[in-house]
Amino acid sequence: MNLHEYQARALLKEAGIPVPDGDVASTPDEVERIARAIGTGVVVKAQVHTGGRGKAGGVKLAADPGEARAVAEQILGMTIKSLTVEKVLVAPAVDIASESYVGIIVDRESQRPVLMVSPEGGVDIEEVAATTPEKIFKSTIDPRFGLLAHQATAAAFRLYPDIKQVRQAAVILQQLYAAFIDAGASLAEINPLITDDTGNVVALDAKIAVDDNELDRKPDIADLRDVSAEAASEVAAREAGLSFIQLEGNVACCVNGAGLAMATMDLVKFYGGDPANFLDIGGSSNPDKVVTALEIISADSNVKSILFNIFGGITRCDDVANGIVTATKQLAFDLPIVIRLTGTNEELAVEILEGAGFSALTDMDEAVQKAVQLAQEAA
Amino acid sequence: MSVFVDAGTKLVVQGITGRDGSFHARQMMEYGTHVVAGVTPGKGGQRFEDTVPVFNTVADAIQETGANTSVIYVPARFAADAMYEAADAGMELIVCVTEGVPVLEMTKVIPYLRERGTRLIGPNCPGAISPGRSKVGIIPGDICREGHIGVVSRSGTLTYEIIHQLSRRGFGQTSCIGIGGDPIIGTNFIDCLAAFEADSDTKAIVMIGEIGGTDEQNAAQYVTDHVTKPVVGFIAGQTAPPGRRMGHAGAIISGSSGTAAEKMAAFDKAGIAVMKRPADVVPLLEERI
Repeated sequence: MNLHEYQARALLKEAGIPVPDGDVASTPDEVERIARAIGTGVVVKAQVHTGGRGKAGGVKLAADPGEARAVAEQILGMTIKSLTVEKVLVAPAVDIASESYVGIIVDRESQRPVLMVSPEGGVDIEEVAATTPEKIFKSTIDPRFGLLAHQATAAAFRLYPDIKQVRQAAVILQQLYAAFIDAGASLAEINPLITDDTGNVVALDAKIAVDDNELDRKPDIADLRDVSAEAASEVAAREAGLSFIQLEGNVACCVNGAGLAMATMDLVKFYGGDPANFLDIGGSSNPDKVVTALEIISADSNVKSILFNIFGGITRCDDVANGIVTATKQLAFDLPIVIRLTGTNEELAVEILEGAGFSALTDMDEAVQKAVQLAQEAA
Repeated sequence: MSVFVDAGTKLVVQGITGRDGSFHARQMMEYGTHVVAGVTPGKGGQRFEDTVPVFNTVADAIQETGANTSVIYVPARFAADAMYEAADAGMELIVCVTEGVPVLEMTKVIPYLRERGTRLIGPNCPGAISPGRSKVGIIPGDICREGHIGVVSRSGTLTYEIIHQLSRRGFGQTSCIGIGGDPIIGTNFIDCLAAFEADSDTKAIVMIGEIGGTDEQNAAQYVTDHVTKPVVGFIAGQTAPPGRRMGHAGAIISGSSGTAAEKMAAFDKAGIAVMKRPADVVPLLEERI
């Protein structure tokens, strides 16, 4: 789960990191009010879960409250990479003397958290990694001891020549690590970490991605989820315990297991079709889950055919068959359905489906080819 | 022969009285796995299915039964402690089926187990099966056949699909290992490749990867340097859009690192026969054996 910038900077502030004042707003009125309270020039920043906000015109400076209102009117409601801007952050405009990057991620390779810092801040860190990797300094953290003071200090020396700034930055790095752990994050970064015109080190932008597996034990973080920033279909799927991602094609895929779901999408493409979604109905499917899955995929007007690919293990094929029969009665849609079932209770499933007028296949390639063909005929 | 689990596996089921644990304990017993004990705190002294003794702690279970392997089905919030407990009790191998263990928790579990000499498979994995000998986890036994192919995979049902294709066409397996789809796991592709290379019964290896991370690229390098047996590989997620999470936490592609194209190229360079689709597995094996 990604947090918005305004949520991430609040967590950093709680951890003790210096962050400029500011507040979040969803109307131009609120923006004007916040800008007036700040009293100086402000920056108005779109709060959407994507990078490249500045390039898209989603970040603008304003000299006074009236101008802040005017730029908010432009930014609120605009679309950045197909996401509508519902909220903006209003913060004081700061004079920047230098910009650095600091971040902590969980590194798969070392299987530990890793601190990364770079004096090249304010730009995409992936770009720095690609063009000037020598400008990124990494330090592996033993999670049982946390980010040690000497590690934080050594990293800070890579950023600043001034010992006062080094000491400030070292404290910030340890605070960032504490915030990273407290949030159950897979990534926490400050980009840019700046020095201002008085020489102080300040966090100007913040990004935190939380490991979804942490949300059960961190209700305060789970409450930060902003469903208005996600596609409605993806929210509905998550609430039903389904894993769903909307795509652009016209062959809807309903599969058990993430790997098989991806392989099914790949096979749709292999046979000249285009998948409409990724959908994993999970391990222990009950018929209700299948009903919700069909509701979600049949609501997509691009969909021309629906493909089920079920390999029964823990998932019982008869449960899926019952779900398909129930859903097609309830939903009254006329999309063609191709069903491939094999494994646990396969015979029972075929009986249930044939009783309701469906036919079931047992071969994955045959089923995918048929679903692609039906979608092409209907398109 | 086989790898990681075999006829000598004496299994403890952690969470044997739970919904998933009891279902799969029965399945494993029916398959012929030596399920010697179960552990559920507070239920020590009971018997599961009138035969398997249940203990309060893993240490008790090992002391009384000489168990050497444990499988974990407890809910996610108890899974890390279950792994610590099994390692402290001296378990040789832990298979953690449980899904949803926080990644930061795993960064602590991994070194703890390593220091105690305990091997972990998973978490969030279907486990391991050596057909005809032992099954530890949830891989359906009836799709497997005894034979000479080693299978290692990050996926669950996709693994079943490929095992099914193999068995149907007469290619049995020495062992099938589901290493799990999480970003941080105990046993990786290289561990399994090394085990299959060393296993005299295994004639060829099937490796099933997916998008995200660089495990497959590292495995390809290992194949180049150390593996003499034929390897056939598949990467799921060739059509996945960048930056989106596809169910498995491991399956995130950001930027250029970890795409299916990159992994398939690494396989190809290492002389691994690359499947375009699951049904290619048998034809490619036939060419190589």
